[in-house]
Amino acid sequence: MAPVAPRSGDAIFANIERVNAELFTLTYGAIVRQLLTDLEEVEEVNKQLEQMGYNIGIRLIDEFLAKSNVSRCVDFRETADVIAKVGFKMFLGVTASVSNWDAEGTCCSIILEDNPLVDFVELPDTCQGLYYCNILSGVIRGALEMVSMKTEVTWIHDVLRGDDVFELQVKLLKQVPEEYPYKDDE
Amino acid sequence: MIGVGKMKQYTNVLDKPLTKGKQEVSLSAFAFLFSELVQYNQTQVDNIGELERRLEDAGYAVGARVLELLCHRDKGNRRETRLLGILSFVHSTVWKVLFGKVADSLEKGTEHEDEYMISEKELLVNRFISIPKDMGTFNCGAFVAGIVRGVLDGAGFPAVVTAHFVPVDGQQRPRTTILIKFAEEVLHREARLG
Repeated sequence: MAPVAPRSGDAIFANIERVNAELFTLTYGAIVRQLLTDLEEVEEVNKQLEQMGYNIGIRLIDEFLAKSNVSRCVDFRETADVIAKVGFKMFLGVTASVSNWDAEGTCCSIILEDNPLVDFVELPDTCQGLYYCNILSGVIRGALEMVSMKTEVTWIHDVLRGDDVFELQVKLLKQVPEEYPYKDDE
Repeated sequence: MIGVGKMKQYTNVLDKPLTKGKQEVSLSAFAFLFSELVQYNQTQVDNIGELERRLEDAGYAVGARVLELLCHRDKGNRRETRLLGILSFVHSTVWKVLFGKVADSLEKGTEHEDEYMISEKELLVNRFISIPKDMGTFNCGAFVAGIVRGVLDGAGFPAVVTAHFVPVDGQQRPRTTILIKFAEEVLHREARLG
């Protein structure tokens, strides 16, 4: 069978089932609110959001690979491009852009202008340390870990804290080759 | 690039114009998020009743906000004051905005005057959820029940809202019914209004 060409983010998004972004936004807000009530410490909430994102990311990557037909990325640059153009579009319906590559090509910024998670949201004074969209950093970290890339994802700019855009820094720590899980002599 | 304007940054979120509500995300993104919500709550509780209550509370917050948003955007700030009015608002407008279609049916309970039921063949939130046998009658539709309770409470119609599975002949998956039991004061007021 001839290999199917990778589909663009828009084409995939048009073909999958969609729900109203407001339901998504409000549900995410309910989650953050529950976490804040339960955990009280903003740092704990940040960690928990990242962990939840990680759990989502490790499952999301399967769906992403199945629906988008992208071939194996040659290098990290292509990976970041695919995340920004296809990944974000396919799941959140928004396109991100990639910039600020460092010299070695292992660290870049993904910039989101539009973010459905933060509609209607304002951070109160008591939660100034909160990374509201931290679930996204967990999703990216989880998804990339399942394709053998250990990464570190941090927030550079956050609209809820007064910046213009959302900027995530994705840094490739190392490529972990897949390990054969069974010993040959067993 | 000429002509590409940057979105005006508003300092106060309340000054931002309201979106039209047409933006969409993928169903799987929502399904993943909802599954994380349920999984997180499972770690925080000991029994099913607590789990349902927590999901309902999460939904309550969503419902209160949905009411405010829809009243302002879709209904031109007009309030519903009659029972049937608010029920049809929930059954049609709220369902259409949140789940993309009106609810399958709205029925009045036969045994009690204060009970109404909204039924749905398959709730959107339950689409990718399977309940293990040892969880008995637990229904993640408690989240949707919470949304309905939030809308009704905010509109001035306090009620107890629960979600139930109702097995249907000939169908493998049971249908979900959201049971709404209005408080007494609502019925008194409705009788007074004639």
